[in-house]
Amino acid sequence: MKNALLQLAAKDGMSGFEFSLTEVVSNLLAPYCASVERDPMGNVVGVIPAKNPDAKSVMLEAHIDGIGLMVSGISEEGFLSFVPVGGVDSAILPGAEVRVWGKEVLYGVIGAKPPHLQTGGQDKATAIKDMYIDLGLCGEVVRQKVSVGDMVCFAEEPAALCNDVFSGKSFDDRAGLISLLLCLENLKGKELPFTIYVVAAVQEEVGLRGATMVSERLSPDCAFVVDVCHGDTPDAGSESIFKLGSGAVISFGPNIHPYLSSLAKEVAEKENIAASFDADGGDTGTDAWAVQVANGGIPVLLLSIPLRYMHTTVETLHFDDVQAVGDLLAAILQNLDLEVLACTFQN
Amino acid sequence: MYLSELVKLAGVSGNENAVRSFIKERIAPFCERIEIDSMGNLMAFKKGTNNCGKTLMLCAHMDEVGLIVSRITEEGFLKFKTVGGIDPRVLISKRVSVGAAGLPGVIGRKAIHLLTPEERKKAPKVKELYVDIGAKDKADAESKVAVGDYIAFESAFVPFGDGLVKAKALDDRLGCAILLELAQESCPWDVCFAFTVQEEVGLRGARLCARRIKPDMALVIEGTTCSDLPETEERAVSTRLGKGAAISLIDGATSYNRKIAQQLYQLAAKHDIPVQFKQTATGGNDAGIIHVSAGGIVTAAVSVPARYIHSPVSVISLKDYQAAKELTRLWIQEVLHADFA
Repeated sequence: MKNALLQLAAKDGMSGFEFSLTEVVSNLLAPYCASVERDPMGNVVGVIPAKNPDAKSVMLEAHIDGIGLMVSGISEEGFLSFVPVGGVDSAILPGAEVRVWGKEVLYGVIGAKPPHLQTGGQDKATAIKDMYIDLGLCGEVVRQKVSVGDMVCFAEEPAALCNDVFSGKSFDDRAGLISLLLCLENLKGKELPFTIYVVAAVQEEVGLRGATMVSERLSPDCAFVVDVCHGDTPDAGSESIFKLGSGAVISFGPNIHPYLSSLAKEVAEKENIAASFDADGGDTGTDAWAVQVANGGIPVLLLSIPLRYMHTTVETLHFDDVQAVGDLLAAILQNLDLEVLACTFQN
Repeated sequence: MYLSELVKLAGVSGNENAVRSFIKERIAPFCERIEIDSMGNLMAFKKGTNNCGKTLMLCAHMDEVGLIVSRITEEGFLKFKTVGGIDPRVLISKRVSVGAAGLPGVIGRKAIHLLTPEERKKAPKVKELYVDIGAKDKADAESKVAVGDYIAFESAFVPFGDGLVKAKALDDRLGCAILLELAQESCPWDVCFAFTVQEEVGLRGARLCARRIKPDMALVIEGTTCSDLPETEERAVSTRLGKGAAISLIDGATSYNRKIAQQLYQLAAKHDIPVQFKQTATGGNDAGIIHVSAGGIVTAAVSVPARYIHSPVSVISLKDYQAAKELTRLWIQEVLHADFA
């Protein structure tokens, strides 16, 4: 599964352009599912049917898109200007290496003007308008191969640091998909009284769009979203910050169905799975926010993996936490009572 | 190719060991004598063919800009200082290799979601950044890293575009590579190939070399700034990538000998080697200390333009590299006997 994580994180596939990733995702889901389908928007759905054809259904969801850039102009000399897709921190861009998906995939680096020539001087963050993608090709050749609107992905290979800590791009949220696979691994040979949909969703980073479409189509009775939360760094403070290696993070708050968060907490204690708790006063900033109100309302739980340097090319996590989320999710599913869930607010 | 191998080596100023070993092993068969001084400068002496008793110093520096571990935090993160001139804005979200063992690490900063609007507008300060090696805590980090360990950029040698390459440390491993190639050929004068240390922290090594060698003339082979990006004022464009070897006339540290500069330019033109003058008057290189050493040494500089110099993703054109090498070779062969007084 560590290899699967590295394999996924090496792939391009920013929001709206997940096509380069869907085959790998389908292949990873196939061993656990009776069928795997890709919808026209690029969402990948694996189905594990219950024996009873009238059984209720549960959706397990993680998003597979990542942040990226898009070509917005080509200069006379062949340098590309660009716009961000999703929440890109422009501070990571000077000196970043990229792949431009033109008529062919082209390698480039993001260059900035020398420090003393930048607008705003050396104390200001480099503005995106002071940066260009340098393909090392003349204007004429660039215009043949690249068009405005082409996808630009970060050319960053994931790598292992020490202690089972890994670093790479788009661990947000491909690590979430690995947790789902670890959960399915746990559930192998176990029969559950509901159908399971395993969803790898698109376009989370630009507005929770894939999860919204899939929720409507699958109409599950309950959903579990796995995403990342902020890991501990010296400059991050302590509120809603979680230590790498400390286990799964269970969310509480208006976005989360109270039966599901309480069940998760109980199960973690009973099964001795490392977990901590996060409280959000409203929007969790994840697909859970969209799923909760999709299709007339779907009870949802958010489980998270602590991740340092979110939305950079060196997102960093501890594999133990990916495993803990998978273990916890499997344990929750084995203790989940959809009838009790349905009656939560009835009495 | 020497260049692709040389840029893989970590050689932050003060820690040039890996680069020195690499060069020493490869240059030894072509030289009579090798000297290594107290700072670690490597000087390889090759006898000339015309026995005129004159010595040429060819100079390239082995060191590169980088970082050094200054403190290990309670949580096991590495605080660092810069070694050489680095714009901290190129550091965020980059990979590094720490210490002699080359431990992998990343330079982090809190996620964009946690930055205030004010913080997003400001350039980061070095003291706000840190290296993450994945250590559990201080004790775990201390079992792998110590204060004073050098940190080098981790960045592959990538050929791309129209004959360009991207790598770290092109400034000045490209000079080292050219010297290594030229050492294999004969030369009219005696030549000392000087591979210097600590250029990036103030031309420290070249000072010792110049004084020890006391050459009759010196030529520095360098990587120099290249700011030919769109919307850059014409007068701020120092060199242009792919337009050939850059000859220096003046910079922040040296007023170069105009006779040699002109001679180099004309020689290139005569042999159809692409050449350009460096257009700006800032910056500096080992020539700055060499030309005032040992009572004054006639010194010239031939450079290869490098975009994004002093970052992990410096970019040069191999055409410019070849031009600088060919020009230096021709000059050694054809012009060395001229009188520059």
